[in-house]
Amino acid sequence: MSKIDSEISKIKFTCKDVRVAYSGKEALHGINMAIDDRGVTAFIGPSGCGKSSFLRVFNRMNDTIAGCTVTGEVYMDGQDIYAPSLDPVLLRARVGMVFQKPNPFPKSIYDNVAYGPRIHGLASNKAELDHIVEKSLQRAGLWEEVKDRLKDSGTGLSGGQQQRLVIARAIAVSPEVILMDEPASALDPIATARLEELIEELSQKYCIVIVTHSMAQAARISQRTAFFHMGDLVEYGLTTNIFTNPADPRTQDYITGRTG
Amino acid sequence: MPENNSIHASEYALKRLNKRHMRERRFKMAGLGAIFVAVFALIWLMSSILGSGYKAFYTHSMTMDIELTESLLDPQKLREPDKLRKGNFRLIIQNSLYARFPDVTDRKARRELFDIVSSSGAPNLIRQMVYQNPDLVGQTLTIKVPTSDHVDQLLKGNIDRNVKEERRKVSDRQIAWVDELIASGEIKAGFNTCFFFCADSQDAELAGIMGAFIGSLMTLFITALIAIPIGIGAAIWLDEFAPRNKLVDFIEININNLAAVPSIIFGVLGLAIFINFFGMPRSAPIVGGLVLGLRALPTVIIATRATLMAVPQSIRDGALSVGASHIQAVFHHKLPQAGPGILTGSIIAMAQALGETAPLLMVGMVAYLTEIPDGVTDPATVLPVQIFIWAGNAERAWIEKTSAAIILLLLVLFLINGFAIWLRNKLEKRW
Ligand SMILES: Nc1ncnc2c1ncn2[C@@H]1O[C@H](COP(=O)(O)OP(=O)(O)OP(=O)(O)O)[C@@H](O)[C@H]1O
Ligand SMILES: [Mg+2]
Repeated sequence: MSKIDSEISKIKFTCKDVRVAYSGKEALHGINMAIDDRGVTAFIGPSGCGKSSFLRVFNRMNDTIAGCTVTGEVYMDGQDIYAPSLDPVLLRARVGMVFQKPNPFPKSIYDNVAYGPRIHGLASNKAELDHIVEKSLQRAGLWEEVKDRLKDSGTGLSGGQQQRLVIARAIAVSPEVILMDEPASALDPIATARLEELIEELSQKYCIVIVTHSMAQAARISQRTAFFHMGDLVEYGLTTNIFTNPADPRTQDYITGRTG
Repeated sequence: MPENNSIHASEYALKRLNKRHMRERRFKMAGLGAIFVAVFALIWLMSSILGSGYKAFYTHSMTMDIELTESLLDPQKLREPDKLRKGNFRLIIQNSLYARFPDVTDRKARRELFDIVSSSGAPNLIRQMVYQNPDLVGQTLTIKVPTSDHVDQLLKGNIDRNVKEERRKVSDRQIAWVDELIASGEIKAGFNTCFFFCADSQDAELAGIMGAFIGSLMTLFITALIAIPIGIGAAIWLDEFAPRNKLVDFIEININNLAAVPSIIFGVLGLAIFINFFGMPRSAPIVGGLVLGLRALPTVIIATRATLMAVPQSIRDGALSVGASHIQAVFHHKLPQAGPGILTGSIIAMAQALGETAPLLMVGMVAYLTEIPDGVTDPATVLPVQIFIWAGNAERAWIEKTSAAIILLLLVLFLINGFAIWLRNKLEKRW
């Protein structure tokens, strides 16, 4: 296990007083937070506390939700991602996302992975595209299972395979960050274990932010953990500290199973 | 039954259960009854239309020896088509008939004799032949001419021979001649090509559906051109790009209202705007098509929106999350998913437009026209209006024409709907 020392690791995102509101009703009340480059940052907290809302701040997916407004400042590598000059389309190419429910396109496995590289012009010919698709599927740990049926439907795969397919789809565009919203919620323990291995591996190269309901999972895979409660960031720090020595009673209650 | 103390096995519970099953049976019976009534009504309708309509698909014609007498048609021997066209071909036909029945000399009887054949159809047929080939003058031709609609009706059994002579359209003498001609094989039944390939006519035996059919095609073409691209575009905009505000809500509500507006109102609108204000030609497919286009627009929008909304949002989110622009997400992922549904909706809207009558009456597409239209600005009529016009004619021969036109219209509609279903099944890849 190659844990990256978070003390010396670079900062990827800096958030200042980030607020998210749906139709005027505030769901996140001013979050200040810095997220490390490389490694895994986990968001935990009871249902409805705003983890998904906050995750969508980083790739501006909240923009696509009618009635959702985001205020505050978010910097990625020192650049304001909510600046008017910044194109969210480009941002999303740099910040990939894996959704809670696997959502492959109703197209072939190949086209699912090739879609991103195609629209961004990452391959200049078919061979290059084939290479990107193969590499992405390999990194997502799906290649061996699907290499003989790339023309088959992406939605015909099992839930766990679909989740790995959308991960392959996300990494195919060579993002810098991968946001994952409860990626293991629909998976059995074996598939979850494989997914965690994959996340571990990907964290060498990418900044990964993951929302999870499983304390054990957060403890296993993340270097840093943020605990949210009712729209507030209650506690944030090294995962080992949060789980062994939580500072806030609400965190304590949550991780010991008394709330949430 | 084994001893059971469950409350669900008590006498009361069993009675209740029985009641519930009874209710279910009653409901099933009612449903079955409804289906039965509907099917019965449909069969009745179809059999009555088919029963009277099939007779329009065949007709009787008479084979005649016709002498194209030079002294009558071209005394100066010029053989000029334009002069020849003005010749008295009626007389030629009459002479040929008198020659066939030399015993008939009485004026009234001779008029009745001439009434056996189509009084304008037969002369016009020869006129056309001579006009195209002036060298025929002087020769004797053996050709088939249409019989009059009364003779046709008599032979189809629609005129009762037992009715008193003065109360039927054909006289005793005519019946005798026709019987003789039938016996000799001179009058024969055959496929009614004119019904399919002629335009409308004053004479039932010469009236055909082609003019209205072409008119319908042209009108529908304009309708599709207007309603489908604008409708799909509007639906995409409303579904994906419209801002959420009062104005857009208002527009959406009114699109739904518009679909429920009686179609005649669209006709009034078309009359006021396209004809009176923009000065477009009356009775033209362009105006009819525009009116029907407006009529079909809300239908297309609603159908398209319904299919677009049925596409899961997660697909669009997936596309956006890999950096697709909004337009790309819609056109690469949402539209292909919704495509079959949009297509079916559009085709059904076109089928509805094909059957539309009332608004077209308002813009003058009800004119009596004996020519097949050449373009979208020519006066034209459409199939349902043709049915409406024919249904208004009192004579017996028009009844079968009307039914036959209904059969054709229904056939076209079935074909269109069948095509829509086939297309949907073909395009709807189950991924
Ligand atoms: N699209 C939306 N429209 C309106 N309100 C929303 C929307 N999405 C989230 N909310 C509200 O924002 C708050 C935070 O929701 P969010 O989905 O971020 O919670 P979460 O922590 O991800 O919960 P879970 O663990 O159940 O996924 C909730 O009160 C929720 O009702
Ligand atoms: Mg969530």
